Amino acid sequence: MRLPDKRCDIAVAVARIKDSDTVMVGGFGVPGTPMALIHALVDHGARDLTLIKNDANEPGMGIDHLLKSGQVARLITTHLGLNSHAIDLMNSGRIQVEFNAQGILAERIRAGGAGIGAVLSDIGIGTELADGKQVVEVDGKPHLVESALRADFALIHADRADHFGNLAYVATARNFNPLMAMAATRVIAEAETILPLGALDADAVHTPGVFVDHVAELVALSGEYAVVQR
Amino acid sequence: MSPNWLLFPGNTPLSNAKTRMIARAAREIAPGMVVNLGIGLPTRVVDHLPADFPVCLHTENGLTGIGPSLPPDRADRNLIDAGGAYVSTVPGSAFFDSATSFAMVRSGRLDLTMLGAFEVSSQGDLANWKIPGKFSPGVGGGIELAQKARRVVVLTTHTDRAGNPKLRDTCALPLTAQGCVSRVFTEMAVIDITPQGYALAEIAEGVSLAEVREATGAPFTIPHDTVPVF
Repeated sequence: MRLPDKRCDIAVAVARIKDSDTVMVGGFGVPGTPMALIHALVDHGARDLTLIKNDANEPGMGIDHLLKSGQVARLITTHLGLNSHAIDLMNSGRIQVEFNAQGILAERIRAGGAGIGAVLSDIGIGTELADGKQVVEVDGKPHLVESALRADFALIHADRADHFGNLAYVATARNFNPLMAMAATRVIAEAETILPLGALDADAVHTPGVFVDHVAELVALSGEYAVVQR
Repeated sequence: MSPNWLLFPGNTPLSNAKTRMIARAAREIAPGMVVNLGIGLPTRVVDHLPADFPVCLHTENGLTGIGPSLPPDRADRNLIDAGGAYVSTVPGSAFFDSATSFAMVRSGRLDLTMLGAFEVSSQGDLANWKIPGKFSPGVGGGIELAQKARRVVVLTTHTDRAGNPKLRDTCALPLTAQGCVSRVFTEMAVIDITPQGYALAEIAEGVSLAEVREATGAPFTIPHDTVPVF
């Protein structure tokens, strides 16, 4: 038996994203942000998107291109501190922003990927992040109901992949990628290197290929992946 | 009102006082601890630890065992801390995803976190993420660190830029977490939060008791006959 080959052209894979879809995007700052997939989505032009991403990168980088092109209606995130452009869009009401505590965003995505409806946590009780959330008591203590998050698409950046879509990440580029790779109906991964079946050691796989639908090799890395000169 | 020298910009007595405060805060770290240092002043605490000091530094984006910061020409594009600074690893470092990172935080694996503050209350409430109408970049991992680290200390200037006390009876700004802060380090004093409110633990060299009283927005007790100077 041979595992299926999921290699795909980036533009073909991204063309499946429709207007009003929800799209998870991996990355925390530059590391792990799928810059090439994001550019393909800008070229594709799907609009009215809901993005789920830890942060909004920096002006002129990563998902800021989607914000600039006006394709984003709503952003579910944790922190926009490095992107003044995103903050301006939020403050002027041109995008709707939902802030989550960072680890709660991770758990909501993990729950979505694990087939669980919600997680319970006491994080944020007594703060405005608890506003409007259902409270349940467990062992006599109040917990907020944090609903699971799923998306129509997840855009993932991996260091290495194989033809089946098994993925391995490197250093702090892992972050939200393995969680999001489990939580979308269709998962598109870009990888810096794609190896033949068997060349990515089974013990070294971070995301099993079962979760991944399409994998595309990055022929060259654009300058956006490089160290940011501040 | 703050002492006049607080208003001087640049390399002035305030800079010296800040450095002394950061060096004093470094002594809060005991050998063997797992520690998360918040963005800003707390990050600089590590500069005051001996190179071979046995401590494990955690950063939210998925690294334990943070090594020294690196200049852009020596940086690894995939290796940053949660503030976006390029860092390095040490022998024994580990990388992990965002869910694992906050599992460490919420389950009490952090012995200590050092955070910045806009306001602290005499009951240990912390406000450090939002100034309505002025500053709302999102909470990031701040709530979970403040709520779940085993010990939370704050590093901050004693007053804000307008000279208003940051240590108050109650917080006016949206809270990050209730009752979480144990101790506050400022350029003027080390102040503990006790069930009876603020208690002056130490005072900075050259600062008078009257000056600390004037710059603090709530009364404090002096639990010992002599107040150590740092």
